[in-house]
Amino acid sequence: MKSSLKNMVLVLFTITLLSSAAVGGVYMLTKEPIAQAKVAAVNNALKQVLPEYESTTSQTIEVAELPIVTHTATVADKAVGYAVESISKNGFGGAVRLMVGFDAEGKILNINVLEQKETPGLGTKMADEGNVLLLSLKDKNAAEVNMTVKKDGGDIDALTAATISSRAYAEAVAVAYEAYKVASGKQSEAGDVATGATKQEGGKYE
Amino acid sequence: MSNNKLSLILKGIIKENPTFVLILGMCPTLGTTTSAINGLGMGVATMAVLIMSNAVIAMIKNVIPDKVRIPAFIVVIASFVTVIDMLMQAYVPSLYAALGVFIPLIVVNCIILGRAEAFASKNGVFDSILDGVGIGLGFTLSLTTIGAVREILGSGAIFGLNLGIGDYMPLVFVLAPGAFLVLGFLMVLFNKLAKR
Repeated sequence: MKSSLKNMVLVLFTITLLSSAAVGGVYMLTKEPIAQAKVAAVNNALKQVLPEYESTTSQTIEVAELPIVTHTATVADKAVGYAVESISKNGFGGAVRLMVGFDAEGKILNINVLEQKETPGLGTKMADEGNVLLLSLKDKNAAEVNMTVKKDGGDIDALTAATISSRAYAEAVAVAYEAYKVASGKQSEAGDVATGATKQEGGKYE
Repeated sequence: MSNNKLSLILKGIIKENPTFVLILGMCPTLGTTTSAINGLGMGVATMAVLIMSNAVIAMIKNVIPDKVRIPAFIVVIASFVTVIDMLMQAYVPSLYAALGVFIPLIVVNCIILGRAEAFASKNGVFDSILDGVGIGLGFTLSLTTIGAVREILGSGAIFGLNLGIGDYMPLVFVLAPGAFLVLGFLMVLFNKLAKR
């Protein structure tokens, strides 16, 4: 078709208008399911790192200038465990986000990798079941572990050929422990506790 | 379906295979094929966008002035990619977690714009859809094959199923150099077989 200023402007305008209407429509349709999928992902991670619980309370704690979300799991209003959504920005491919579960005494129950962009086959092993990072932390009391990799004089076994990823993992666990100490009331001065705790009745075990 | 229509689909898989023959869309090919399932997911997402954009572009080709056809195509393609992105995020979050960063890149995948320009803007709607199916299938099959080879050689698994030989496998095939190696050797093999 021959181009003139009038028809070029008109056609492009119509196409962009219709396209944005379509994208907007799909956005409205998918907004709710996307939010649900995100909540489901968090709840799923919570179940993997916490003992059985009836409800969780969430709060945001600032540790090392990072906002860290902690979830306190309760049974009959008694705290049975804490899950911390921790982060380290020093991964090999960007941020490493972990969900670390503690019991009421500070024992590390389980660690779930929420997000990582490490090298496939090397750093990504941090998300595998039973990897050395997890094994050197699981079921140990966080207070008794020196949370750096063995190369740096700590107690954590590093993944082969992925020292930077392992350091980020160790750092995120250390940050999680700091947040746990505040959330469990063992230490109140380390960081500002943000206001506006939200109570959530979801995540019940069958 | 007549022979003519069937050959429209088949040519996308063999004679005009986008990866091994046309050598288009190398960025997602090299980037996403660390495992068979990632290659398959990327291929299917690209195919969905390609079929829809081909159909719409064939529909509106007669009202688009020549000088603005490329911007018009890009707007149509980008809208479909955004729609697919949101749908995947909503209904297959686990696949989205693996492929999320690559989905927006479908916009700049030259296969899509290439087919819009070379085929859909000159042919009817139905033929353009068939072309999208053919090229999409070719792309999906190629990516899945590359992903499967890299997964077996690099981490000793296939479609996430561990074969128990992971410790003896050269890791390089999962990393970027392995992508080039596997792509190169498969390209040679494919062209040798296709010439027969």
